[in-house]
Amino acid sequence: MQTVKMVITGPFSAGKTAFISSVSEIDVVTTERKISSDAERVKEDTTVAMDFGRITVDDDLVLYLFGTPGQRRFDFMWEILSEGMLGFIVLVDSVRPETFREAKHILEVFRGYSTTPYVVAANKQDMPDAWSPEDLRIALKIEKEVKVLSCVAQDKDSVKEVLLELLYSILERMQLEEG
Amino acid sequence: MALKGNLQDFSTTQLLNLVNLARKTGKLTINDQSEKAILYFREGRLIHSSTNTDEGHLTTMLLKTGKLSQEQASVIHNQTNSSSDRIVGKYLMDAKLVSRDDIVQGVKDYMLEIVYDLFTWGEGEFFFEQDVLTPNDRITVPLNLDNVILEGSRRIQEFDRLQDELPDLGKIALKITDKPLRDVKLTQDDWRVISHIHPRNTVKQIAQNNNMDEFQIRKIVYGMLQAGLVESMQPEGMEPKKREPVTRAGRRAASQSPAEKRSVVTKLIDRIKGL
Repeated sequence: MQTVKMVITGPFSAGKTAFISSVSEIDVVTTERKISSDAERVKEDTTVAMDFGRITVDDDLVLYLFGTPGQRRFDFMWEILSEGMLGFIVLVDSVRPETFREAKHILEVFRGYSTTPYVVAANKQDMPDAWSPEDLRIALKIEKEVKVLSCVAQDKDSVKEVLLELLYSILERMQLEEG
Repeated sequence: MALKGNLQDFSTTQLLNLVNLARKTGKLTINDQSEKAILYFREGRLIHSSTNTDEGHLTTMLLKTGKLSQEQASVIHNQTNSSSDRIVGKYLMDAKLVSRDDIVQGVKDYMLEIVYDLFTWGEGEFFFEQDVLTPNDRITVPLNLDNVILEGSRRIQEFDRLQDELPDLGKIALKITDKPLRDVKLTQDDWRVISHIHPRNTVKQIAQNNNMDEFQIRKIVYGMLQAGLVESMQPEGMEPKKREPVTRAGRRAASQSPAEKRSVVTKLIDRIKGL
């Protein structure tokens, strides 16, 4: 069986758990992982909690959704999770501009790890104080080629849209690379 | 859709940049304890401003910017006794106390004084109300925000803030945007930086080429970024290293043919649609 992976990242409390929960066929497992001594800055027995969801496509293919740990002290996990990913989603809390800088930092770090396609999801768009995706794009200085999408993480259809847009971006990239 | 927050998290420069690039029309209110500033914009250009101590009437503006004396202002107030700035403006021009250019310049100078002061506010709650226009009786003068942002950025003294925005000068290169530089007021130092912009030159190299220290180059580049004159990019030759996959999933993904990979993605799309 083949497994593919997408990473959902973003600042603490951006809605990563809700996002994965909306579409996962299993209860979102907050995985406690023991980290090997290869990981930087962490002792051998340190455990890390992160979100994990699953979508089974068929007998031969499963999609795993990994939510990066929210706490900054576990940011060493980002590189581990990014390896082999199909693409990633940066979730931004549209109601909390104090988190935008962190979101931008996370985005830059992940772009440094991999050239895989990504989208930015402006979460909590159902809240009255939410910044619009267009304003978020400018605030985070995101290039026009990158999709900045409206999102309500607790709404399954909204989450599906974000996942689909990422998949379309991945397909487009593949077609471009094939020439 | 709301646009609200605190200057602690989103500076005046960033706010004006957002209004400028998004070509917003509306009213921006910024409150900091006892002080309040109100700015009006039309399609991304500043058209009027006032504070809680001055309501931004024409006579006050001209008095504060030295176009009128206190005595003249008192006389005008008694003569016109009107809140309409348009009537006051006409009276002033008819009385040859000021010219039309004086009025325009006076309004601009007044607005700029308020805005430049805002650049020094480290905190304050802001709230932007889309499509709220100035009261009808006020005279408005559109002001291009590019120069305001550039000048405001030049006034930023806090190194920490600049460092936050541009943490590692050795890892950023710049590219010039399509924005025309024709009407933008650039200093000699600004032009020297622009002339060294190249995909392979990091900002650190540009600074070295121009004998600028980190603070100087950060101020200049920050201002240009905020004004939308340049964009940051990864320097050429510094793309992410291609890493050999170490996990089984990673190795399997790397060994698949393009057609196999496309098939996987197509299957995923169909599956997600069916959720």
